[in-house]
Amino acid sequence: MELFFQQFTNGLTVGSIYALIALGYTMVYGVLKLINFAHGDLFTIGAYLGLTLLTCFSLAGYLGVFAGIFLLTVMVFCLVGIIGVILERTAYKPLRSSPRLSAVVSALGASIFFQNAVMLIYGARVRVYPQNILPSFALDIYGVHLPVVRVMIFAVSIALMAALYFFIQRTKTGVAIRAAAIDQGAAKLMGINVNKTISIVFLIGPALGGVAGLMVGLYYGQVNFTMGWSYGLKAFIAAILGGIGNIPGAMLGGMLLGVIEALGAAYFSVAWKDAIAFFVLIMILIFKPTGLLGERVAEKV
Amino acid sequence: MDITSKKIKNKKILQSSFCLILFLCPLFLNLYWTDVLVNVGIYAILALSLNIILGHCGLFHMGHAAFYAIGAYTVGILNVKYNIPILVLMPVGGMVAGLFAAVMARPIIHLRGDYLLIVTIGIVEIVRIALVNNVFGLTGGANGIFGIDRPDFFGFKIKSPFHFFYLVYAFAAITVFLFYQLENSRFGRALNYIREDEVAAEGSGVDTAKYKLAAFVVGAVWAGMTGAIFASKMTIISPDSFNFWESVILFTIVLLGGSGNIKGVILGSFLIIGLPELFRDLASARMLVFGAAMVIMMIFRSKGILPPVRKIYKVN
Repeated sequence: MELFFQQFTNGLTVGSIYALIALGYTMVYGVLKLINFAHGDLFTIGAYLGLTLLTCFSLAGYLGVFAGIFLLTVMVFCLVGIIGVILERTAYKPLRSSPRLSAVVSALGASIFFQNAVMLIYGARVRVYPQNILPSFALDIYGVHLPVVRVMIFAVSIALMAALYFFIQRTKTGVAIRAAAIDQGAAKLMGINVNKTISIVFLIGPALGGVAGLMVGLYYGQVNFTMGWSYGLKAFIAAILGGIGNIPGAMLGGMLLGVIEALGAAYFSVAWKDAIAFFVLIMILIFKPTGLLGERVAEKV
Repeated sequence: MDITSKKIKNKKILQSSFCLILFLCPLFLNLYWTDVLVNVGIYAILALSLNIILGHCGLFHMGHAAFYAIGAYTVGILNVKYNIPILVLMPVGGMVAGLFAAVMARPIIHLRGDYLLIVTIGIVEIVRIALVNNVFGLTGGANGIFGIDRPDFFGFKIKSPFHFFYLVYAFAAITVFLFYQLENSRFGRALNYIREDEVAAEGSGVDTAKYKLAAFVVGAVWAGMTGAIFASKMTIISPDSFNFWESVILFTIVLLGGSGNIKGVILGSFLIIGLPELFRDLASARMLVFGAAMVIMMIFRSKGILPPVRKIYKVN
């Protein structure tokens, strides 16, 4: 039972990171029907920007741990968001009326570009985050070892997701995003500036991914320039698992995938850990292609 | 002579001179560049086989490396264990890959667009992980299989890049010929119909599920056979050669060159596999430029460099 809870909390931590990345995929897919293959690399950029900001300014030193990390998160959020908007303007906007696959190739190109840009700037070797920034003590709950970092990551993700959910459901911009996702033409007729709405989506989605990157850096202590691929793919699977285009679905899918993976690694096989996610994906697509929370949309003929 | 027949004549001259120059290339090039051309050829054949699925049938398939891997591993294992000659094993590798495609594609064939794309990514990753984990104790884990024979052509051992050049391009020529026939056959027209409008195709009596599955199997058989050539060229195969990235490269070759057009796909493989070699000195920056070039190409030529010419059928 101890192993179970250990792996369960571990899975929730990784799952909340997947969920944050998955939100970016699902929001972009919702409005543009495009798999943003560069999203994983925006996550990597977030992790490396966090590294740079930490080492250059030693924020945690001046402001104390929590205020420092908070400021860091805000800075990474804004910077990666800006990169996301630039990406959309240059690589995706000119392709809105082109065949679907052209945009996919453009996204792959952008992904290669970002990955190599990170490699040229920071080098190909694994980079290590400064140590001893986060509190390293662990809680001990009935024999379950629970590092505070995990609790923090979980709490911050939940807070960000709650804020996003509130933003999408209750604000005027959120309504515009939902409208653009359902029908862009009709949204335009209702006086919604669709281009601006898409830009906002590309501000928020990548920004959340960037924060996830920062979290991975702080949690695991090291980053490398190719990590965006695997996290990106897993997060995309999470988005499909929950129902693509559905924001609560991405949150649920991320958490669920993290937990399934952690338990699978513990009880089934560590070597096959990465295959588990893909197996889950294939099963969900065969038996419930709309995902767990996705609604069935009648196919247009 | 009217204009169209003149155009056709010019085209024929252009094509045959391209073939001739390519045929004579190894006489002027050193080992390194011949080897680059061999790689271009292998990727061109693979991309042509993907073109059946992605270009003609319009199925978003980003897991072609899985079929390629299964062909290469089948041939590698049988050759190392039982010493069967490579060229005999080539069709076997193709058939095993085709069988795998038939079994794997059956439950997912009805998926639309992006869903299919992501499932095929899943399949290529599962295949790679299975190879790394030494499934059935046959694949040799992360180290792979080594000591695969060179192909033996009626007693003539094919081993230097020059020999491989002619082997690969002979196979490429056969591929182009057969796929050209396929394109203009009832089968090819059915695939194009499915790509343009699946519902209308179904309505006109095209068994879409059957044809889609057939497209997958044909592409997989060809990729499996190419895998055999690759295995015997390298003599060592490991799971790293068949990762997701290979599938992305093939996907990009087809779409950047012009999906559905044989010439476009061949041009694409020269540009994507051959061109970066010219800028080897720039080493690290070239991939950066490559990524940016992909974006720019898609913005200005979103249907690829050489999109397929619309076919005109005469009504008698």
